[in-house]
Amino acid sequence: MREEWTGFREGRWVNEINVRSFIHKNYTAYYGNEEFLEGPTEDTLDLWHKVSELMKAEIEAGGALDMDTSVVSTITSHPAGYIDKEKEKIVGLQTDKPLKRALMPQGGIRMAVKACKDNGYEVDPEIVEFYTDHRKTHNAGVFDAYTPEMRRCRSNHIITGLPDAYGRGRIIGDYRRVALYGVDRLIEDKMFQKDTTVSTMSLEVIREREELSEQIRALEMLKELANIYGCDISKPARTFKEATQALYFAYLAAVKEQNGAAMSLGRTSTFLDIYAERDLKAGIITEKEVQEIIDQFVMKLRMVRFARTPDYNQIFAGDPTWVTESIGGIDTDGKPLVTKMSYRYLNTLNNIGAAPEPNLTVLWSEHLPENFKRYCAKVSIEHHAIQYENDDLMRPIHGDDYAIACCVSSMRVGKEMQFFGARANLAKCLLYAINGGVDEISGQQVGPEYRAVVGDYLDYDDVMKKYRDMMRWLARVYVNALNIIHYMHDKYSYERLQMALHDRDVKRWFATGIAGLSVVADSLSAIKYGKVRVTRNEAGIVTDYTVEGDFPKYGNDDDRVDSIAKEVLHTFISYLRENAAYRDGEITTSILTITSNVTYGKNTGATPDGRKQGEPFAPGANPMHGRDENGAVASLASVAKLPFTDSQDGISNTFTIVPSALGKNESEREDNLVSLLDGYTAKRGFHLNVNVFDKELLLDAQKHPELYPQLTIRVSGYAVNFIKLTKAQQDEVISRNFHSAI
Amino acid sequence: MEGKLHSMETFGTVDGPGVRFVVFFQGCPMRCKFCHNPDTWEIKNAPLSQSADEVIAKMTRNLPFYKSGGITATGGEPLMQIDFLTELFTLAKESGIHTALDTSGAGFDRSEETLKKFDKLLSVTDLVMLDIKHASEEEHISLTGRSGKSAKDFARYLSEKGIPLRIRHVLIPGITDKEDQLMALGKFLSSLGNPPKIEILPYHKLGLAKYENLGIPYALKDTPAASEADARAALSVIEKAMKDHK
Repeated sequence: MREEWTGFREGRWVNEINVRSFIHKNYTAYYGNEEFLEGPTEDTLDLWHKVSELMKAEIEAGGALDMDTSVVSTITSHPAGYIDKEKEKIVGLQTDKPLKRALMPQGGIRMAVKACKDNGYEVDPEIVEFYTDHRKTHNAGVFDAYTPEMRRCRSNHIITGLPDAYGRGRIIGDYRRVALYGVDRLIEDKMFQKDTTVSTMSLEVIREREELSEQIRALEMLKELANIYGCDISKPARTFKEATQALYFAYLAAVKEQNGAAMSLGRTSTFLDIYAERDLKAGIITEKEVQEIIDQFVMKLRMVRFARTPDYNQIFAGDPTWVTESIGGIDTDGKPLVTKMSYRYLNTLNNIGAAPEPNLTVLWSEHLPENFKRYCAKVSIEHHAIQYENDDLMRPIHGDDYAIACCVSSMRVGKEMQFFGARANLAKCLLYAINGGVDEISGQQVGPEYRAVVGDYLDYDDVMKKYRDMMRWLARVYVNALNIIHYMHDKYSYERLQMALHDRDVKRWFATGIAGLSVVADSLSAIKYGKVRVTRNEAGIVTDYTVEGDFPKYGNDDDRVDSIAKEVLHTFISYLRENAAYRDGEITTSILTITSNVTYGKNTGATPDGRKQGEPFAPGANPMHGRDENGAVASLASVAKLPFTDSQDGISNTFTIVPSALGKNESEREDNLVSLLDGYTAKRGFHLNVNVFDKELLLDAQKHPELYPQLTIRVSGYAVNFIKLTKAQQDEVISRNFHSAI
Repeated sequence: MEGKLHSMETFGTVDGPGVRFVVFFQGCPMRCKFCHNPDTWEIKNAPLSQSADEVIAKMTRNLPFYKSGGITATGGEPLMQIDFLTELFTLAKESGIHTALDTSGAGFDRSEETLKKFDKLLSVTDLVMLDIKHASEEEHISLTGRSGKSAKDFARYLSEKGIPLRIRHVLIPGITDKEDQLMALGKFLSSLGNPPKIEILPYHKLGLAKYENLGIPYALKDTPAASEADARAALSVIEKAMKDHK
């Protein structure tokens, strides 16, 4: 074995790139409680104070503190940048200055220009000319290939948020490989892969060879990036500090080149714990120092920034980057993957306060150690910054070394990737079914000219039949638009560094998404169990609905309506899967909106459930606001009925409860939250955001934002800094259902 | 048999240990001035009518949530529908569910007929949370419209039978918070064979809107809410009295 690996147990990982093997041979599961944890050091607090001041200045500056306008960002484009060099244990910034946003035009020059312009900066005209006339971007490629139908779907908001003008993200490089093997070994491996491709030069093989060359180039640049900061990562890391630094450099290289929608970190805590344990045993580091390195690593992750337009932030509130880190879970033999490092990551919320990033995601299993469950509950109650996802559902599909990208997208680290595909508005699709493909707001014929409903009252069987036809049409346009997008993204904005940290033969998930499921379920339930009368405008388009009589509503554990939600989901995913996906991607879907449920609502006419035009949808797979009337368990049970197999890219549910309704004292609240998570997991619920606070807290923060610089709350799949939300988004969050005691 | 119910809460955390499925019964013989559920008073106004099977089925389909908790019957006064209640708890016990009864003991007496019914109920009841509204009989009548004797006797009976008991007492400023009456309560509790756990619930005014909706005058309009600290202080008075009388 290499001398850097002294003290590690040998396994398959020694002779092949296999981080999972390394982890399983070497990690120490931890069953104890949080008593060993240390607070922050002076240096950490001092650095965090400086960063906090910069973040404050950033908000005051209108969202961006500084932007690059003449340097196109690459892995090695910038000299070293620091917050305070002497105090930084983990170094490396995206640009030469903290919070300065890099210029990344490969996704689309128009978007890059607009992002600068909206923030008061102007991109160097030479660069604009270069990326307009000489070097094509992803965005330009996509629009060359889009059909008129796709454009209409886009501009009428039945398919929205498509990654056609910005980076698609959701690809997680296995950044741990850099720490464990050193870059030289990884290059050697990639050279071998290139040397052994199929020898017939088909399109696939040509593309593969070009991509491998790009990957090797990116790895060379990664070494150079470390050099710029005076570090050598060509060889395996020798210590915990070196391992953390190498892992961070690898991640940093990714976010220097790609402004992907979600740039997630992976599953790093248990991996790094092995290094910490080795150093602690050898007596060359203290617990305090281990925590300091993690605190500072996390601080760096909180500083990742992308140049985005205010429009983008309207949809995805609060400048998100989704540096998602997956913590916990159990292994395929049932042993917990919880280590002391799992605690240390969560402890960063105590040490440097709450924050949306990194997006801390606990992979929950009933079989997690009870101490760890309680600690998660405790931290959740205090900071409302953690999300939970069902490890017992994902492990059978991905094994035990997968991670979450973005909010709820699961994939094996370094072995699977996904093509991110935004979402289709299924509520609007229902309106198209009723109106024969005519958009209820623009009046344009967007969908096919199928027969519209006739008469004053809606008939369930008639509407369902028309809805199925319209969903089948939508699925086809949607998958085909995504095929174009991912082809062009691979061609013009390939994620070479992230893919260099993958195996050669990766599995590709082809993700789609759904918005408005609860609106659809309630609308169809109203048609089936109540009576819905339509109101048409002068052009004959149905623009409003009057519901007569009561009807079962999604969110009350009532199978009559919950089965409708399941049926719609199953139908739509089946239609999506009728289409061929780019690069043999396996089509999945998610029910997730982040904060875009507000925008979807704004762009969707009145719906048969009684929702008025412009009113927000419920976030993710949540029941509509105020319609779940039988308490939290009934609400969760409804959502848990949606089968993971039909929505394998995630089913997001956001749960907000006032402290007094969770239990009478701290200890009872922790117990009850654990019970709730265990119950939801056992019922095969997939994801839960947990917020524990009173509405008054949000109202006060809305009035006095200066007093709540770090107030973090969970929204669908993500956490946000509350004060960075727009007023409309804040109001919507405040209006959501807070579960409270009767 | 169908139960006349007000509603069901699927995530109850304040009426008994752990996460509980809480069944609110409709109908109550008391008219407590501080009651925060006046909409449960009249049995003829029951919004729900369901069989015990139906109620239990609603709970058992989500059983994993209630591992550390169980079912709680509250209201209203569940004992007004003791036969239905017994059936409900019998079904719960068949599914291994912890049962808790939140009651004021109304209707309890030691007649043979009553005891027969109560014994049957208690054989499927894991915990009784008994409201003692006021220690003094006179003030009990003034506060609730009825005698407090059945509650006290029920407490004694439970104690004799060894049924786990938790006493609940709403602390109302100026009405139930006087030291002498708290001490009297403590003294009474210490006389029970096995001194029960005591929960002091600070009086709150959240029910006020319900009175307005129902057009019922609210007698305690001018009474302020009590705080957690008041509740803690009251508890220590009661506990001290219990010690002194041991």
